[in-house]
Amino acid sequence: MAVITMREAISQALWEEMERDEKVFIQGEEVGVWGGTYAVTKGFLDHFGPDRVRDTPIAEAAIVGAAVGAAMAGMRPVAELMTINFAFVAMDHIVNEAAKMHYMFGGQFKLPLVIRAPGGGGRQLAATHSQTPDVIFAHFPGLKVVAPGTPADAKGLLKEAIRIDDPVMFIENATVYQQKGEVPDGDYTIPIGKSKVQREGSDVTLVAYSKMVYYAMQAADILAKEGIEVEIVDLRSLRPLDMTPVLTSFKKTNRAVIAEEGWRSYGVGAEVASRIYEEAFDYLDAPIQRVAQKEVPLPYNARLEQMALPQVDDIVKAVREVLK
Amino acid sequence: MDKKEYLDLYHQMVLIRRLEERAAELYQKGEIGGFLHLYIGQEAVSTGIVAARQPQDQVITAYRDHGVAINVGISAEKVMAELLGKETGISKGKGGSMHMADVSKNFYGGHAIVGAHLPIAAGLALANHMQENDAVTIAMFGDGATNIGFFHEAINLAMAWKLPILWVCENNRYGMGTSPERASAVSDIIQKACGYGMQAFDVDGMDVIAVKDMVSERLADIRSGSGPQFLEACTYRFRGHSMGDPERYRSKTEVKKFVEKGPIDNFRKFLFKEKLATEEELDQIGVVVAEEIDAAVTFAQESPEPPDEALFEHIYVEETGGA
Repeated sequence: MAVITMREAISQALWEEMERDEKVFIQGEEVGVWGGTYAVTKGFLDHFGPDRVRDTPIAEAAIVGAAVGAAMAGMRPVAELMTINFAFVAMDHIVNEAAKMHYMFGGQFKLPLVIRAPGGGGRQLAATHSQTPDVIFAHFPGLKVVAPGTPADAKGLLKEAIRIDDPVMFIENATVYQQKGEVPDGDYTIPIGKSKVQREGSDVTLVAYSKMVYYAMQAADILAKEGIEVEIVDLRSLRPLDMTPVLTSFKKTNRAVIAEEGWRSYGVGAEVASRIYEEAFDYLDAPIQRVAQKEVPLPYNARLEQMALPQVDDIVKAVREVLK
Repeated sequence: MDKKEYLDLYHQMVLIRRLEERAAELYQKGEIGGFLHLYIGQEAVSTGIVAARQPQDQVITAYRDHGVAINVGISAEKVMAELLGKETGISKGKGGSMHMADVSKNFYGGHAIVGAHLPIAAGLALANHMQENDAVTIAMFGDGATNIGFFHEAINLAMAWKLPILWVCENNRYGMGTSPERASAVSDIIQKACGYGMQAFDVDGMDVIAVKDMVSERLADIRSGSGPQFLEACTYRFRGHSMGDPERYRSKTEVKKFVEKGPIDNFRKFLFKEKLATEEELDQIGVVVAEEIDAAVTFAQESPEPPDEALFEHIYVEETGGA
């Protein structure tokens, strides 16, 4: 097992899949000569050449739209959006084209397409460049939405996303690219739509995904010192959403906290809590707590921005609250 | 072209016309739901285009797609069954009028968001380029689509990357009810292609042979490496935008003027003049088409509804359960 960063895990997955299958190619803004604005595709252009590492115009509808077309015609594109905030410019091609193409024509077209999109707040990029709008994409049947929380999962899930014949939104969090973790050696994939217990515990079920998995781990360490054993369930995929490990854990702990970086209203917490209420109401010992972003457009000012974003301490407090 | 090929083009155009006339009746009776956009008046454009393409060339179009569907060889039965939402429809009753496709015939649909299929078309051409498969993509769209951002992103990308694609604007003079004179900064649509440094041409879209010849030349150019080209086919939609169109934006006189030089009548006159067909031969085609349409309607009406389980089929290729 090697220890690598999230950035390296994503980069390795792309590299290995491009080596494995010549139909796989990358297109996006500054993925080639620049090497990727987050350096994920550094060195790719020299190795794979400009035909498979395609610098595009700053034109997101063209980036995603052309990837949809190429996928329909048998290629396996990985379209990179420089940030998920720019996905709104390509929204029609994501939710109206990619998500519908297989169903609407009676199964005639396959769409082996991956859209990579880093998001997340906390970098003083102000309101338009700091969003975590993951749930929006998870709303649409026909898309698969993946948002890994560890390098091992990122690598295995991205390789799986590239290999399957369905369109996948692969959502990264740009503030955790430097986070390190153990990654299995050799070629491996992880199935999409499987949640995973990342830390075992008996007192409370803490549901998280993406960056909030790191925060949940830190919160669990703090709470362990108080004698509270937290079980962390990492959703990993938002659609399909695998509730089985969440419900299994909840039936053991009878208490749940859900942490997400996006806004609370209509969020992942709302969905997961509803499903717990629907499927495990009899096991409920306390109202489910949600930790999420304050309902404001994120400000530039660093202190205000951090006030709006969910923090480790917010998770700690929510766990204590649910155990009262 | 031999006589048989000419008569086949005539057959296709009449088949589209009669199929749509019957579809309009079925729509009024409530047997067809949703939107129904008729291609009547524009048949020469899709017929000429599809006649000119090589089998490997992909065609992709907007929601006024019944013409291309027939031209590429989808049976009238499957088209009619799709209009009636039946399991036997070309899209298994899940797409309807606006979403017909047949991947086995390199027809990539039928797309209902104005202009959204144009970046997709660029992607089809990108796949051709990367697969070095000698195919050219033919992207058809209306005059109205040239005002939306998708159009500009798509033709810019195609030109920047020198993709093998022919852009065909079917200028039927109205985007719904708004003419280019009222909606476009330049009403001469070809200027838009020129703005991207693209070779651009125009053709009489009421003349099926002119369309076929022009498209053949353009495809040959593109196949030999010219990069993308643009073609404006000037045509006219005889019916409303869709079935619920009050047509306040044009006069009956204007419509009559175009109907009088409609593509089917035009072609009949040409065939007689060139002594390629007799009146009896063309009338006989009309009889055959009438039988085909009757059979298609019967087939569609007698076809089963999609079963309940079809509701959850084809959401994903690889089902993993859950939602």
